[in-house]
Amino acid sequence: MLEVSGLTKRFGGLVAVKGLSFALRGGEILGLIGPNGSGKSTAMKSILGVELPSEGSVKLDGIELAGLPAYRIARHGVGLVFQHSRPLNRQSVLENIKIALLPDRLTQLVAGKHADAQARSIAERVGLGAVLDRKPPTLPFADLRRLELAKAIARHPKLVMIDEPFAGLTMSEVAVFSDLIREFRNEGRAVLLVDHNVKGVAALVDRVLAMYLGEKIAEGSADEVMRDETVRRVYLGGALGTAARPETAFHDAVPLLEVEGAGVVYGKALALQDVSLHVHEGEFVSVVGLNGAGKTTLFNAISGLVPYTGSIRCAGDALRARSAAAIACGGIVQCAETRELFGDMSVRENLDLGGNALADEERRQRLDWLFELFPILRSRQAQMARTLSGGEQQMLAIARALMMKPRLLILDEPTLGLAPVILETLSQALEKLRATTTISVLLGEQNVTFALPHADRVYVLDHARIVWEGSPDRFEEEAAATYL
Amino acid sequence: MRAVFTSRLFWIGIATLVAGALLPLFASGYVLGLLTVACYTAVFAMSWDLLFGFAGEVNFGPTFLIGLGAYTAGILDARLSPQVSMWLCVAAGAAAAVIGGVLLALPALRLRGPYFGLTTLVAVLMLQNFVVVFAGLTGGEIGLSVPDVMSVDAHANYWIAFGFMALSGAILFGLSRSAVGLILQASGQDTVQAGALGFNVVKHKLAAFIVSAFFSGLAGALMVFYMGTASVGTFVDISVGVQVIIAAVLGGRRTVIGAALGAIFLIGMGELLRPLGEMATLIVSVIALLVILFFPDGFLGILRGRARS
Repeated sequence: MLEVSGLTKRFGGLVAVKGLSFALRGGEILGLIGPNGSGKSTAMKSILGVELPSEGSVKLDGIELAGLPAYRIARHGVGLVFQHSRPLNRQSVLENIKIALLPDRLTQLVAGKHADAQARSIAERVGLGAVLDRKPPTLPFADLRRLELAKAIARHPKLVMIDEPFAGLTMSEVAVFSDLIREFRNEGRAVLLVDHNVKGVAALVDRVLAMYLGEKIAEGSADEVMRDETVRRVYLGGALGTAARPETAFHDAVPLLEVEGAGVVYGKALALQDVSLHVHEGEFVSVVGLNGAGKTTLFNAISGLVPYTGSIRCAGDALRARSAAAIACGGIVQCAETRELFGDMSVRENLDLGGNALADEERRQRLDWLFELFPILRSRQAQMARTLSGGEQQMLAIARALMMKPRLLILDEPTLGLAPVILETLSQALEKLRATTTISVLLGEQNVTFALPHADRVYVLDHARIVWEGSPDRFEEEAAATYL
Repeated sequence: MRAVFTSRLFWIGIATLVAGALLPLFASGYVLGLLTVACYTAVFAMSWDLLFGFAGEVNFGPTFLIGLGAYTAGILDARLSPQVSMWLCVAAGAAAAVIGGVLLALPALRLRGPYFGLTTLVAVLMLQNFVVVFAGLTGGEIGLSVPDVMSVDAHANYWIAFGFMALSGAILFGLSRSAVGLILQASGQDTVQAGALGFNVVKHKLAAFIVSAFFSGLAGALMVFYMGTASVGTFVDISVGVQVIIAAVLGGRRTVIGAALGAIFLIGMGELLRPLGEMATLIVSVIALLVILFFPDGFLGILRGRARS
């Protein structure tokens, strides 16, 4: 039914999707998986025409869709269930579903006679029957996702694409949604599930297509893909040498950072649930987890950027009452995923801002030390931060964080979007940091190859919970299954 | 359709209309004159709310549309009267606003984020400069006087303006509550998703812009023949546009009716406080600022919030 061939999407010089080809029959569920930045979302958006494909063809029942605007493609029978919903908050659930039933005409002032009955039956089907007259802001998260499903099926799409079908749902809700998705298959629709890993969709899919760096790396049944060598390398890394120090090597009686039973709720979605972990002075701890597992939320809670339940202590003192600025000055410095550099300032100015609180002499010494750690930054001192390459920007972000003399440095996805050669440089710098200073590091990564070699201890975060803790050499054996 | 008649907004609208219809029985000519202006301003604000509240586009230049309507009607009348009827000039004014609006919106709607708003702002400055530079045609900074006026009777003028406001309000309100109004609102809220549901977002927003331009231009043109003159200060200046925007936001975004109430309130307050001189504008501005800061949903938002709790 759906034939994608040679689909390519370029953003400037970046090739997000590279010659992707696959076919999908009616009554079949295909899982499109890949780690963050692999191009799976871009591929999905290019099929719907939200992003205009640079090259290649997308055919639905033989009709060429590539190049058409999204609304035309939607009318040809492609539906997308969005991960984040923005329903009309002043209209009832019923009216929200009715919108999807309206024709795209300017002359249609009143919804058709059958729209009401149709909307009701769709609501019944997805399990919204009891809340028809409620307004979306009063609904629980799962019902909002149901509403998105309802809107998508109101259009009778031949192809339904679902972005992260189970994100933010509880186990029992996942079961209900799986049944709904199976119903699509039974009706003969083609279903494309887009998700981070095979595990989440394995029970549901007929076939899995794995992507990495914009290209297809494997295709087959869920089992085949999970056994695939390339997939294992992408998700788990190759044979890993680790240099972990046992926890008994750290002698501080009270760990530098203690998180106990931390929980965070965003609106209605559970972002973090009962998470406990600790980091000793001088210890290097990695938190691995796929995109959306809750890493950033955990770090933001530690940095005092989001409200949380449970307790977070630094060297025994509770952090709750402190402002984000006070926490940063107190020695817990976060280097955010988004880097947050001052793009219109020079490298040197960015660093000086980081070392704002230091005396002149100390700042000079620290700068020298950092330029040894990241030699490239020395030659780039006068350059505008936004003109640096991605890897250089990441180094600058880390260097700026180090200027603040942290006791604990939190690194959130430093490898995101970086080329392998840059990873090597970053890797060396982190190793040097570990070997020569007493700075503790808490590293959040989905790239296991990068996260494991330096780590003394590893936590695996999955669906807002810590599911595994241990030394890096035990990771592949014990935790790989939860990660693939 | 039933939903329209049972909504609280609808009854607030009806109450306003009844109050407006009873006013001429005891109000003085001066007050009526003031309310006549308020009625036209109300139409400006309601047209603006259709764009901001429903299509989700901030039009910083409502006076571009109003000014086009007013000056087109005024210039035509000044040149062609009495051979050509005043009403024909009014129709031409509305048409000019629509054409100008489409010419502006077609390229501007392709832009994302704040750029649509910025283009509309620049359009106002352009029109303002045009009026000043081509003073021979437009009357320039002194203003353009038109030979025809609607009526010299305050009551007649009020009824025309009031009727026009009621009719425009009914159409705009009905439109906002109709099926296309829903699509428009969905487009304004989430363009990508509306597209994914098969709606041509640009088409719907352009249609909203045309409707908004039509009523703005028509109201501008009518107001010229009520005042007998057209000047930059009353029809084009940025500050006039800001008044319209404040009126709409003050009354309550996404309500249409609220925009009208806001306009009447703004003009009424300005008059009540007139004895305070320059202070009057300041006080009205402070009130507007406070409402926007603490009740972003405006007067009707406050009412609705209370009804809900």
